[in-house]
Amino acid sequence: MCLSIPARIEKINGEMAVCSVGKSSYEASLQMLELEEIKVGDYVLIHTGFAIQKLDTEEAEASLKTFEEFKKMNDDLDMEEKQEGTRIV
Amino acid sequence: MKYIDEYRNKDIVVGLANEIKRISKHKIKIMEVCGGHTMSIQKFGLPYLLPDTVELISGPGCPVCVTSRGFIDKALVYARMDDVIITTYGDLIRVPGSDKSTLDKEKAKGADVRIVYSIMDALMIAKKNRRKKIIFLGIGFETTAPASAAGIIRAQMAGLGNFFLFSAHKVMPPAMESLIDEGVEIDGYIGPGHVSTITGEGIYLDIPKKFGLGVVISGFEPVDLMQSILMLVKQIENNDRKVEIQYKRVVKPEGNLKAQEMLDEVFEYGDDWWRGLGVLKNSGLKIKEKYSMHDAEIQIPVEIDPPKEPKGCICGEILKGVKKPKDCKLFATVCEPSNPIGACMVSTEGSCAAYYLYNR
Repeated sequence: MCLSIPARIEKINGEMAVCSVGKSSYEASLQMLELEEIKVGDYVLIHTGFAIQKLDTEEAEASLKTFEEFKKMNDDLDMEEKQEGTRIV
Repeated sequence: MKYIDEYRNKDIVVGLANEIKRISKHKIKIMEVCGGHTMSIQKFGLPYLLPDTVELISGPGCPVCVTSRGFIDKALVYARMDDVIITTYGDLIRVPGSDKSTLDKEKAKGADVRIVYSIMDALMIAKKNRRKKIIFLGIGFETTAPASAAGIIRAQMAGLGNFFLFSAHKVMPPAMESLIDEGVEIDGYIGPGHVSTITGEGIYLDIPKKFGLGVVISGFEPVDLMQSILMLVKQIENNDRKVEIQYKRVVKPEGNLKAQEMLDEVFEYGDDWWRGLGVLKNSGLKIKEKYSMHDAEIQIPVEIDPPKEPKGCICGEILKGVKKPKDCKLFATVCEPSNPIGACMVSTEGSCAAYYLYNR
């Protein structure tokens, strides 16, 4: 029930916004957010017709960067395992 | 889709799994509180990527599952009234009441039951049907309750005297504390991401302090969940239990202040009954007196017989994390998604439904 996925704001009309998720679009109320901080192109989380938070793209990019390290670490381990012919983890 | 696909990257998930295997030494049990997390964990098969030392158990965070049968019984009585239109999110309509009827069955018999996507749709129905009483069934935790609050405020402003909320809204922390008090063995919590979007991290700060357990507030994609598990394993191995936010792209430490204000405007805390946990102090959201003209329980009081739980169903034990769906004799024999006996099988985010679909 608490599900919510990121939607891109396509149009703002007062307290209401048209948002898109993939190829679908939804109307959502912006009344739970600070209107002056919201603009077209922002991503918001929509839950039961209300945008409940603006997605922090800087935080999203930063976390994805951290994940890249895990990916690299995994690749390194794979390489090491291959070279030594043993399973490390 | 942007900000979803990146968090489903297989290589990153495997990288995180390897790191968890590398640092995990002690045998631990981690509870995912939220039903949305349970669904995601089973769907992506995450338990199979974890070492034997880390066990995941599902918690009480499925609103349909913890809602009392008495609530459903009352909703069924409302549905049978000629001058009532029931409006509800889709999750509730297949939940059986004590007499085995459901809102869906009542609808088939002629009751006016309408599934809405948002409480705002229910307000529109109230506006167009002034001679009818529109009852909105409000279930859900802190994520969903602000929408109900917004609906009540709007109804009051628009003078929609025929709009009523039947609230079974609940708040998470008392349930999380009650589980530990009851002695359920947990070494850390994966905190609900969207509840926390509204509340912020403050509601969990007592858990490390009072009970010595860590809480990591997590997103819903497999990469999010694996990273949260890694963060909890690190906390436990380093003996440094605290509240951390993994889902930083959405959850702010202070939460959503505007939504919190709405909650505070409309609701106050009251004792509430949870399946599996019983009555928990201050765990329910009751409508404040100043909005009582929109409180279904006050304006349209109904009497029901004491509710009866289905025989043999262990949904309560499953919600506490002490049993798993496979421990239930009814699971996948007589109790299936097409013929659910208990609430944990009805709700798509119930543990039984998740295990039935993905891990039988």
